[in-house]
Amino acid sequence: MSTVSETTHDGAVAVGAPPAPTADDGLSPTELAAKYGLSVSGARPGLVEYTRQLWGRRHFINEFAKARTQAQYTQARLGQLWQVMTPLLNAAVYYLIFGLLIGTSKGIDNFIAFLVTGIFIFTFTQSSVLSGVRAVAGNLGLIRALHFPRASMPIAFTLMQLQQLIMSMFVLLAIVLMTGEVPTMNWLLLFPALFTQWIFNTGLALIVARLGSKMTDLAQLMPFILRTWMYMSGVMYSIDKLTNSAPHFVRILLDINPAAVYIDLMRFALIDSVTSSQLPPHVWASAVGWALLVGIGGYVYFWKAEEQYGRG
Amino acid sequence: MAVAEQQSVERTQRPSDTRVPTVIVDDVHIVYTVHGAGTGRGSATAALGRLLSRKSSPNVRRVHAVKGVSFTSYRGEAIGIIGSNGSGKSTILRAIAGLLPPERGKIYTDGQPSLLGVNAALMNDLTGERNVILGGLAMGMTQEEVRSRYQGIVDFSGINEKGDFISLPMRTYSSGMAARLRFSIAAAKNHDVLMIDEALATGDRAFQRRSEARIRELRKEAGTVFLVSHNNNSIRDTCDRVVWLEKGELLMDGPTDDVLKAYEDHTK
Repeated sequence: MSTVSETTHDGAVAVGAPPAPTADDGLSPTELAAKYGLSVSGARPGLVEYTRQLWGRRHFINEFAKARTQAQYTQARLGQLWQVMTPLLNAAVYYLIFGLLIGTSKGIDNFIAFLVTGIFIFTFTQSSVLSGVRAVAGNLGLIRALHFPRASMPIAFTLMQLQQLIMSMFVLLAIVLMTGEVPTMNWLLLFPALFTQWIFNTGLALIVARLGSKMTDLAQLMPFILRTWMYMSGVMYSIDKLTNSAPHFVRILLDINPAAVYIDLMRFALIDSVTSSQLPPHVWASAVGWALLVGIGGYVYFWKAEEQYGRG
Repeated sequence: MAVAEQQSVERTQRPSDTRVPTVIVDDVHIVYTVHGAGTGRGSATAALGRLLSRKSSPNVRRVHAVKGVSFTSYRGEAIGIIGSNGSGKSTILRAIAGLLPPERGKIYTDGQPSLLGVNAALMNDLTGERNVILGGLAMGMTQEEVRSRYQGIVDFSGINEKGDFISLPMRTYSSGMAARLRFSIAAAKNHDVLMIDEALATGDRAFQRRSEARIRELRKEAGTVFLVSHNNNSIRDTCDRVVWLEKGELLMDGPTDDVLKAYEDHTK
């Protein structure tokens, strides 16, 4: 470090400012800072530099996500088993209500697989958003103590959700196999589907993290917004069958809904009776489009307020 | 110890002809917005009424923690920051570290100042071992650096002196043990501008001596050291200049002995 400053100082000498004790006295703080090459503390770096710093912190992000996941269950006796139990119990509750009691299963082959896929995929987005809202606001202690690109926080939280989803996927695959599906080449599509959804979720988490850092009420409001979104996304019914008689624009709105897009893709990948004719048009294009739009847009939006996080 | 002191004195005197500023604090104001303040008397209907009439809630209060503080620190200086509780000492350190954006004014720094402390990054439910890794990465070390310094950190903390404690969750540690581990992790990294917030008084006497020695080492490597402390003796031992803050305002800034004397007269 000292070498850097020496160079700066030598540079100042070269342009003709003699190192006399009185030379700096007349300078304003700003001029003095400029002369010795000091930078504004806590200033927001450029987007490229920011991305570079973020990449430099990838091991921290990964370790933070892993540690948080582990710490979650250390007090419970069953420990990490809850990572599998939670989605399983969730699926059981929804099956009891929507499958057996209300009977929305009419006309859907293999309703269990259909329902469980929908729940797990929507839960991935839902929990990413919920943890994203608190990612900055809930970690002010860390943000006020250490220096790192703040985007690390929402990204680490979405990584946690991705890890949770991967555990859920094993449960999901087991359920799908038990309900009589046979693995096909289509199953490989789950990787691009999950990847695009993860990018989308990360972008969304970055957006709500910035919003949540200023509007603390958002954390209270979010569960209602998300529940509304879930009921519109065809998690426990088939949009395809529901909208047969609906006006055209309603259909388009429901089809372009990103949550519905990712759910449809996963069902198409895993369930044999869901054929490409039931998928909305341009489904892959909208999956990639949403991921790029929200992923990049969310990242830039979060970066724009980088120096503001921590004021609380 | 004597050697270290001598060196620092040499360094502060030598640059008198070429004083290189490391941190410039220029008329800085820092304001916290605190939610959930007040008595909570406001009912839901009252809150709705305020929302409609666009008045700000009494539950949100703005705390003006630092009011127009200016000073400049130079290479080789060790600066003590004193003042009573709540006078804005920790706040100004966080602002210098770039962690808390100032409301008005500017702070210029040479390189990235760092606060000595990783408490917030550590997780009590994880083992000491995982916390060493997490804390190191949180401070910006690379994976290789963490791996190579791991043993040094554990040995320095002395956690394993009484058996294999490093593989137990941190919540099982005594408060002294946890503090030692935290200090050891935080002190494992070298800094350009180092800021210490009352980190000296942790652990038993043997550990205190070890940590003081480590702080002197860090001081030698760092360009400038800031120390916040209520212990005037540790300020006298370490610092050649003292900044006295009171109620967020800069009351006095000068050589250690002068400022400490005024401060002691004031608090008597």
